[in-house]
Amino acid sequence: MNTVLFVIIKILIIVIAAPIVGGLLSGVDRKLSAKMQRRKGPPILQPFYDVIKLFQKETTTVNNFTRFYVAISLFFTIFTVVLFCLGMDLLLCVFSFTLACMFFVIAGYSSYSPFSFIGTERELIQIMCYEPMILIAAFGYYEAAGTFSIGGVFGLSSPVILKLPLIFIGLTYILTIKLRKSPFDLSMSHHGHQEIVKGITTELTGSSLAMVEITHWYETIFSLGFVYIFFAYNTTASKIIAAVICLVVYFLEILIDNTFARVKWQSALKYSWIITLITGALNLLYFNFFH
Amino acid sequence: MNMIKKSPWILHYDGSSCNGCDIEVLACLTPLYDVERFGIINTGNPKHADILLITVSVNEQNIPVVKQLYDQMPNPKAVVAVGICAATGGIFKECYNVMGGIDKVIPVDVYVPGCAARPESIIEGVVKALGVLESKRKANEE
Ligand code: SF4
Repeated sequence: MNTVLFVIIKILIIVIAAPIVGGLLSGVDRKLSAKMQRRKGPPILQPFYDVIKLFQKETTTVNNFTRFYVAISLFFTIFTVVLFCLGMDLLLCVFSFTLACMFFVIAGYSSYSPFSFIGTERELIQIMCYEPMILIAAFGYYEAAGTFSIGGVFGLSSPVILKLPLIFIGLTYILTIKLRKSPFDLSMSHHGHQEIVKGITTELTGSSLAMVEITHWYETIFSLGFVYIFFAYNTTASKIIAAVICLVVYFLEILIDNTFARVKWQSALKYSWIITLITGALNLLYFNFFH
Repeated sequence: MNMIKKSPWILHYDGSSCNGCDIEVLACLTPLYDVERFGIINTGNPKHADILLITVSVNEQNIPVVKQLYDQMPNPKAVVAVGICAATGGIFKECYNVMGGIDKVIPVDVYVPGCAARPESIIEGVVKALGVLESKRKANEE
């Protein structure tokens, strides 16, 4: 009985804390981006102000299903983050995460707008870009850790990164896509950047748009969690180092966001698959032959 | 807690003008004035916008465009007319195709004077519009 209660409390903490941390990271992102452009920048809490405002605004919908699909997408993203933080199966996380992304795509297609359609097509291309690498990372993790369980990292005697250095590089490359940063912010973008109106979110207003924002906060946590499991193992120091490295990776993403122009979707697809092939395949081959 | 004051998203529309005011609006985004420090974002999407910033006089061609942009914005919303052109038609008033100020077509909440309006006064106009948004939201709730 007590363990059930304990798990429920844990889940509640994850569900509440993840968006708070994600939102703060997003606020830091905007502040840092502004500093890099020699501007003062909005307050750190700005993302929360935006989301609360969106909830207070009128929600207009072209199709009532759009809002439903966005909500389902949010639900599965939360589900993924909960599974991840509870140390469950990595493969299950990847699959439920993909499901969440698919519902977002369906939401984009359900609003009869040409701008939204273009954004959605680009979202699909982005999923094509990063999905192979995420799967390879998951399989690589299995090879290195001997289990798909995320909780398993804390039982290892050395970090996974030592066995999967190339896969880690490939993963950070595609994280740029997942974090919706330039040069790969094709389907929808943050801050003042924009193209094709607002891409996949063009027709979303009020609470629907707010849900997309919150989904993104959870996604950020999941993405950085992926970085975390590469560095953590059974010592306490490694956990701290892993958390610091997550922040460093996030900083690098912001730096890249501010220094690169957006690429065409053809280039995005080409580069991400080439990187995936080189880093992923080489690392897996090396690992299988020499260990 | 009302957050609309802390995160007003702006839609900027330009129709028939000399573009002087547009350049001043864009100047607000530069590091010197940096409107983002107030949480103001320049969106290109009427459905995400709270404030419509218009720097034009209306002419026969852009009446439906202005109306549609206004209609697509979700409530509560405010309109800021920037420059003399947007207020009365300005130096284009006598042109054969110019109707006059924006208020001929949609309700305007704040007029920003100047030809061209200075970035400081544009920012002040937006801040005034925040007060209007606040009272509209209250009126909506009642
Ligand atoms: S008010 Fe003056 S500067 Fe502004 S658009 Fe009209 S003519 Fe140009």
